[in-house]
Amino acid sequence: MSVLVYIESEEGKFKTASFEAASYAREIAQMLQTQVTAVTFSVEDPSELGNYGIDKVLKVNNDKLKNFNAEAYADVLQQAAAKEESKVVVVSQSANSKYLAPLLAVHLNAGYVSNVVALPESTSPFTVKRTAFTNKAFSFTTIETQVKLLGLSKNAFGLKENKADAAAEDFSPSLNDEDFSVQVTNVDKAKDKVTIADAEIVVSGGRGLKGPENWEMLEELADILGAATACSKPVSDMGWRPHGEHVGQTGKPVAANLYIAIGISGAIQHLAGINSSKVKVVINNDPEAPFFKAADYGVVGDAFEVVPKLNEKLKEFKAKNA
Amino acid sequence: MKILVCISHVPDTTSKINFTDNNTQFDTSGVQFVINPNDEFGLTRAMWFKEKQGATVDVVNVGGPETEPTLRKALAIGADSAIRVNTPATDGFQVAKQLVKVVTDGGYDLVIAGRESIDYNGGMVPGMLAALLKANFVNTCISLEVEGTEAKAIREIDGGKESVTTSLPLVIGGQKGLVEENDLRIPNMRGIMQARKKPMNVVEPEEVAVQTTVAKFEKPEPKGAVKLVDPDNLDELINLLHNEAKVI
Repeated sequence: MSVLVYIESEEGKFKTASFEAASYAREIAQMLQTQVTAVTFSVEDPSELGNYGIDKVLKVNNDKLKNFNAEAYADVLQQAAAKEESKVVVVSQSANSKYLAPLLAVHLNAGYVSNVVALPESTSPFTVKRTAFTNKAFSFTTIETQVKLLGLSKNAFGLKENKADAAAEDFSPSLNDEDFSVQVTNVDKAKDKVTIADAEIVVSGGRGLKGPENWEMLEELADILGAATACSKPVSDMGWRPHGEHVGQTGKPVAANLYIAIGISGAIQHLAGINSSKVKVVINNDPEAPFFKAADYGVVGDAFEVVPKLNEKLKEFKAKNA
Repeated sequence: MKILVCISHVPDTTSKINFTDNNTQFDTSGVQFVINPNDEFGLTRAMWFKEKQGATVDVVNVGGPETEPTLRKALAIGADSAIRVNTPATDGFQVAKQLVKVVTDGGYDLVIAGRESIDYNGGMVPGMLAALLKANFVNTCISLEVEGTEAKAIREIDGGKESVTTSLPLVIGGQKGLVEENDLRIPNMRGIMQARKKPMNVVEPEEVAVQTTVAKFEKPEPKGAVKLVDPDNLDELINLLHNEAKVI
């Protein structure tokens, strides 16, 4: 009966979004008066999960599952859900979770709601709040099936510490050839760069920066803050920055704690994509730019003057508060 | 190769979002509908397969008669025929179930859908369809090559990309990168004229058990006014971010 949560890790280190999913699963378990079971892949010591209310951990350690594979992982999670007789399964909304969730939903015959932003309003009927229309609205969706699959939006619930046992047990699911009919041949990923998906802070530039050669000050700002860099759609369309940095309605969503927009006017499609960020700062020389209506803090000024000055001030601040 | 491109009929990206009937229905009045952007990249990629390797390209939508202009636009871009499953789309699972029959009856080898629609953002249909068909599935796909029954794809992952090999039958959750923005095609007059004569096959829906229903919609709270900081007093901005917003 326990609530099942899929825990993602990279090189044995847990993802913050998974601690958030665990925190969320814990509170659902309390509503349903049951326990929380986590599933981990290629993790030796999962005891850290005990800080976020995980009662039990099913540890999967199998060489075939070292790299993420949506079909195989969905198969494992289905078997874990069957073993635990789980009626609620929680995943994050990372690229990998979004890949496996619809497969898992079909295998479990579960109603799936993605982009969930709050605890269920009620558990009978089981109704949850999710974003819709790319953050321009919310939808309260009722799941009618016996098994429910929830995809929790990043930064929507936060981390809640809650001591529990995290009692680990080895789990050896059965795998078949069909699980591996999509084979990974190469992974191309910057090692020491903060990704938009993981970042607490995102620093983003628009056409106002005039050309790719002017990104240095923005990268410096990102460095000081430990932030990821992003860009608006025109910037990626013109090839100033890679596609992976494009945020907005047709690009990546951003749900950071802090989003700093520099030289971005704030087209409705851009704002929709970054709207789930908690605090928004805009730096733009045009006081009429629509972004000022969406931002919490604004600086009307020339980015080429403001950003270098801000970088110096932030360095001083960081040195003082280190 | 027989390719099916799934076309979602969605409000234009600049649309204002409002609801009617006690906040239970999306208000379509004054809203311009378009091909879902993620699907449009896939449609253009499908046209390249047709032109370079030889393929038939059909498009499909699950929806009422009001979605036909959107399907006609896809025909004007170059698709060979359109299929409309005559039922309102209620959730991702219902749409995926309707598409299973279309794919099976049509004998398609490759299904290209957008990774998500920009209205409900479920991100469910391509994966659910693949699972129901027992076909292979690549999500957030930014590059796709097919030779015979073998496929090579690149998918976007958090912070990078991943190359994969797989085989047909295959379902793709596509996005920008399959083709670039400036590769997208605007229908010309000849295309529009031809589209009028191309088949629009209306098929009746399957009975599908309901998995999820929308109880109501809600709009976000209006935002408070922006706090402006003097560009000559950036210490104040740092102070606000540190002490008030507590984000640095």
